[in-house]
Amino acid sequence: MTHVARETLLASLKAGMHLDGRPLAAYRPITVTTDISYSAEGSARVVVGETDVIVGVKLAIEKPYPDTPGRGNLMVNVELRPMSNPRFEPGPPGEEAVEVARVVDRGIREGGALHAEELCISPGKQVWSVMIDICTVNVAGGLIDAAGLGALAALLHSKFPEHTDDIVHYDRRTSKKLPIGTQPLPVTVFKIGDFFMVDPLPEEEAHMDARLTIAITEHDTICALQKGGSIPLAKEDIHQMVKIALKSSHELRKNIPRQK
Amino acid sequence: MAKPEDVLVVKDKSVVVPGEALATGMGYIPGTGTYRDGESVQAGRLGLASIDGKVIKLIPLSGKYLPKLNDRVIGKVIDVLLTGWRIEMNCPYSSVLTLKDATTEFVARGADLTQYFALGDWVVAKIVNVTSQKLIDVSMKGPGLRKLQGGRVIVVNPQKVPRIIGKEGSMVSLIKDATGCNIVVGQNGLVWMDGEPQAQLKVVETIRKIEDESHLTGLTDRISAFLQKKGA
Repeated sequence: MTHVARETLLASLKAGMHLDGRPLAAYRPITVTTDISYSAEGSARVVVGETDVIVGVKLAIEKPYPDTPGRGNLMVNVELRPMSNPRFEPGPPGEEAVEVARVVDRGIREGGALHAEELCISPGKQVWSVMIDICTVNVAGGLIDAAGLGALAALLHSKFPEHTDDIVHYDRRTSKKLPIGTQPLPVTVFKIGDFFMVDPLPEEEAHMDARLTIAITEHDTICALQKGGSIPLAKEDIHQMVKIALKSSHELRKNIPRQK
Repeated sequence: MAKPEDVLVVKDKSVVVPGEALATGMGYIPGTGTYRDGESVQAGRLGLASIDGKVIKLIPLSGKYLPKLNDRVIGKVIDVLLTGWRIEMNCPYSSVLTLKDATTEFVARGADLTQYFALGDWVVAKIVNVTSQKLIDVSMKGPGLRKLQGGRVIVVNPQKVPRIIGKEGSMVSLIKDATGCNIVVGQNGLVWMDGEPQAQLKVVETIRKIEDESHLTGLTDRISAFLQKKGA
């Protein structure tokens, strides 16, 4: 039931800080734990402040899509659990869940995080399907960035299971990792009034005018964009938001645990 | 009178868990937070047992706010009704503010009630009625009861509210004087404040410190030293 009046929030933003005192371009404390699931081929739990998400990567052998016979499949699914925030309801994925899933998917797909050709076993017949499932434990602002960070960390720590022909032996895991290309991370920059920030608190997020999610690889290449919120962005706004996102992405990237 | 067959099971100020027997025999009377099960008096929640003669009470350590008559609470308008407003106040039951308790002004039939309180407005109100079915009425009539303009609201543990307020409001006025912030503490665990951004930050930090250290002795000295160190 936290709340902040718009003028009080703007006064704080004018003083250059979030309501909890950190700079506008800084994240809350982040912890990323990988390999938290026994049954998933890769998994991660990301805690950003009070936001808490779990990501699992599952691998399966499937038929490729007819238009990409030589490439593996990628699927991202987000489940916003009703217990993780009062505004989430049980039932099929809503608009918000679909948006988070698509934005995370777009960053990974368009940034070339996976060498999709290397996921092909037999062209047109058998390819590896990579399924990323994101599940929220608690949502208190900055969901997209936490989900994207978790998805990347889980991918980096995934290991193939053994398989004979099209039967996968999930109980026997190899040491072979996924064919990782780049490492894209989504950074969402929020605009409230004339101010830009990352990782808002839930009471700050309620006053959002616009947001821009920018997926950035480790080479500072922008690979995906998503605009949200009802207020349009000027060209200068976007320039500034990209600048903030590039800087904040370095901070965010430091939290990915090193691969063993 | 406690009879010989009446036995106290726990010591005064000991930590008890829900379902734990506190005393046996009809000579002991269950107070707030406890209940009678046959011959014994048992704890209804996690807290400290408090033995006051033959009445056994329980001081809760955690849990949601439960509405009590005459409590001053902070709430949010979540619905505009035909003759009043529904107020949400960080507890399992919502409350109703009726027109006659909201204003002394004459309000014509069918008038637009949002000119008094609109959806999403925050108010500080007093609980004037709680039924056994937990239907709650609040009122705006009384000193200091008003609509809260601007500022921010944070959530604290409702059981720590007496510590944040202090004896006769000593703790909250200590914070007010040190930071220059306007503060209203609701019994329901919502705290409203307004002031300079840096000062508000100090208020939040101080309140979190009170919540963490409320069980330790010399809390007031500790908090005033903390505020001094913060340069407030």
